[in-house]
Amino acid sequence: MTKLILGYSDEISVAPGGRIRFMVSCEPGVERYRAEIVRMRSGDIQPGGPGLEEYALDPPAVSEHRGREQAIHPGSFACVPDSPAFAALTGFTLHALVMPSIAGQGVQSLLTKWCQADEAGFGLFLDADGSPLLMLGDGRGGIARLSTGVPLATWEWSAVTATYDGGSGAMRIEQEHLAERGLQAAVRVARDATGVTPRADNGAPVLVAAATRSQAPGRIVGDCHFTGRIERPWIASEVVDRPDSILLRRGPVPPGLGSRLVALWDFSREISSDRVVDISGREHHGELVNLPMRAVRGAHWTGEFMDWRRAPEQYAAIHFLADALGDCGWEADFEWSVPEGLASGFYAAKLSGSGNEDYVPFFVRAPAKRPGARLALLVPTASYMAYANWRMPFDHSLVEVLYNQVAVLGEEDQYLLEHPELGLSLYECHLDGTGVSYSSRHRPNLNMRPKHPWLESYSADLYLTDWLEEKGFDYDVLTDEDLHAEGVEMLAPYRAVMTGTHPEYCSTRMWDSLFAYQQRGGRMIYMGGNGFYWLVAYHPTRPGIIEMRRGEYSERKWVTSPGEYHLAWSGEFGGLMHNTGRTPHRLVGVGFDAQGFDHGAGYRRQAGSRDPRAAFVFEGIDDEVIGDFGLSGNGAASEEIDRFDHGFGTPRHALLLASSFGHSSVFGPSNLGVGETPPLEGEGIDAEIRADIVFYETPKGGAVFSVGSMGFAASLSHNDYDNNVSRMIENVVTRFLDEAPFPAP
Amino acid sequence: MTKAIDPERLDLAREFYRNPWGPHSAELQRILNVMRAAPVAGKHVILMSGPYRRWSVARLTGVRGEPAEKIEGLSFDNPEDAERTVFKLRWAAHTGQPLNLD
Repeated sequence: MTKLILGYSDEISVAPGGRIRFMVSCEPGVERYRAEIVRMRSGDIQPGGPGLEEYALDPPAVSEHRGREQAIHPGSFACVPDSPAFAALTGFTLHALVMPSIAGQGVQSLLTKWCQADEAGFGLFLDADGSPLLMLGDGRGGIARLSTGVPLATWEWSAVTATYDGGSGAMRIEQEHLAERGLQAAVRVARDATGVTPRADNGAPVLVAAATRSQAPGRIVGDCHFTGRIERPWIASEVVDRPDSILLRRGPVPPGLGSRLVALWDFSREISSDRVVDISGREHHGELVNLPMRAVRGAHWTGEFMDWRRAPEQYAAIHFLADALGDCGWEADFEWSVPEGLASGFYAAKLSGSGNEDYVPFFVRAPAKRPGARLALLVPTASYMAYANWRMPFDHSLVEVLYNQVAVLGEEDQYLLEHPELGLSLYECHLDGTGVSYSSRHRPNLNMRPKHPWLESYSADLYLTDWLEEKGFDYDVLTDEDLHAEGVEMLAPYRAVMTGTHPEYCSTRMWDSLFAYQQRGGRMIYMGGNGFYWLVAYHPTRPGIIEMRRGEYSERKWVTSPGEYHLAWSGEFGGLMHNTGRTPHRLVGVGFDAQGFDHGAGYRRQAGSRDPRAAFVFEGIDDEVIGDFGLSGNGAASEEIDRFDHGFGTPRHALLLASSFGHSSVFGPSNLGVGETPPLEGEGIDAEIRADIVFYETPKGGAVFSVGSMGFAASLSHNDYDNNVSRMIENVVTRFLDEAPFPAP
Repeated sequence: MTKAIDPERLDLAREFYRNPWGPHSAELQRILNVMRAAPVAGKHVILMSGPYRRWSVARLTGVRGEPAEKIEGLSFDNPEDAERTVFKLRWAAHTGQPLNLD
């Protein structure tokens, strides 16, 4: 499957007067392409759906561009710029503590000053069979290789040391298995002069976990990436013998050894950053590329500490991943200045050429403190990132069970199947089985596209814009990223905030800002399911990248290793928001209960719906059953559903208005709060599988209304928007935009 | 607990053919769960093109980066027939007997 044009933007949310750049790659043969900025209204093109509706701007924003191919280079590594001290090396010792996590991936680099193009330099590698390998290259075709011939054990720590004596030309390499010292003998191999003099002044940087394939200003492309953990790499300017080498494995640099070191990188320093810190005193600090994993257990982890902040020296390793991607790093093809006065909303750069097209969605927000409407739609961009290039339909065996039908792969999925270099979502594992803990939007995100057949996240949120426009409600669009950056003050001008359909991923600051907004009298309409569930941290300095850990409990497609639940970037205990006391129930009255993707269900009105406090919700609705129809499995309670539960923090005064009923057997209960696992084929187990619609007041005249279902919005357009779901939400939005305060019950 | 699929239970196959999207009887759902939980390597998927015009049965190789392998002659103008066809293929694989509902 071929997509001829792919793009992404530098910003996800931009205000009038601001500027957004688009990075585009075209397959060879696409000489030119057309770019038009369009406003999006709806994007579900399945039979019976509202169809694709997009609007040209007035005047149209159209441009033509020359197509060019831009490559993607996955693989994480540390890069330390070249220096006179590196370039002057005539003899050396290279050392690292190493835990490979996958074998059979070809030659993998550990610590290199190696230029692949002319095979010049030196480096410590793992050979194709996993054995430590010292390689020297003179740049004139001469290469000397010395391998221990004994593969390192995967998922276990070894110390690896290689020396080159510039005077004699002798090479030596050794490995020592750390876990079974005494049982498994160290391996030492030496070789006399080979006549190959390694060319240190090769212009290449020093890389950890990669070798230099090419370099351009500001851009190093790695090769022969390593997958696994490295700790304490160092380079000395002479041959360092074993006793001294052991002294350098942990702690401060011992007096007397420092003068022999050119660099010693202590990865326990600045764990919350992309920096690697040289503690040799030579200031050879470096930067991490493509998001290797930090705050991971090192060679000296004892199990005494679970939080890296309490014992960073036990978390002195970095987990490098050959298939990780932080940023495509493409050059911009064009940029667009958002005209003053342009209405806030969902927008996209529509790229078309050679009969192919791509949409690069982005959001135009209102200028700060100058809202264009009284309703804000909070776009769950953190969740869009979490699901970016989601591969579960073809990577995970149980997806078909959850959907109860054979996975149907659209063109986007078929393309992703063949192009893992576009990077993984937070639902996948890297090649070595390590769960993906980081996601970046600095790459094409094929799930965030109109017309996408998995009508979840972005494509489902277009049901909301479609309905708001159909009903004539003015709205501004704000994103998770804006909220995380600006906090509650950003929400303050709005009378009501509506969420997206699946705002699953949340930072502490986002949750606290929404809660504070409610406490100040704000109104919140939660239009989704499985919301505010997993905790994420945003990268401390680079926008558009999130981190998460899948710890302890809940549906997890992978599980974070013990001792690694704390996020590197924030130090917080990762996993569910629940762990921090910020349950979804406290924020929106309901929390994740169950999931199933075959059939939806309707809701039956409950006693709370007769309470005069909720009368406005049901104005003009005589039906007892709400939403027994819709594009998501024929029922508004569908996909991922949330339940009212005082035990998890649903406010005592919350009114339970309606509960869904009759869910299919595919819906399995969340394991949150489940102490025992019930038998799978048991009868009569009350699993309390349902979605609840809830209303309650908040201080100072505010209120919360929640639908508790991810598929709810897919019912809005039923019967030409004339149905009880649409009417209910119209009642709620109308009342929530009314200035009259909600009286405290 | 046996996971075998009883080749004599053509009534369940007929139930599936009548209504491939369900809801299904508990007995049929149990068979489907066995079929659907197959590992990724070799698993059937349906490739949609058009979009919403053509549904083709294919198999995943289980190797990241490789396309799904289309099965010749199993391309349909509706998703139900593709779903039925996968059921038929899996029935034969699990029971060792071809599914013949005529």
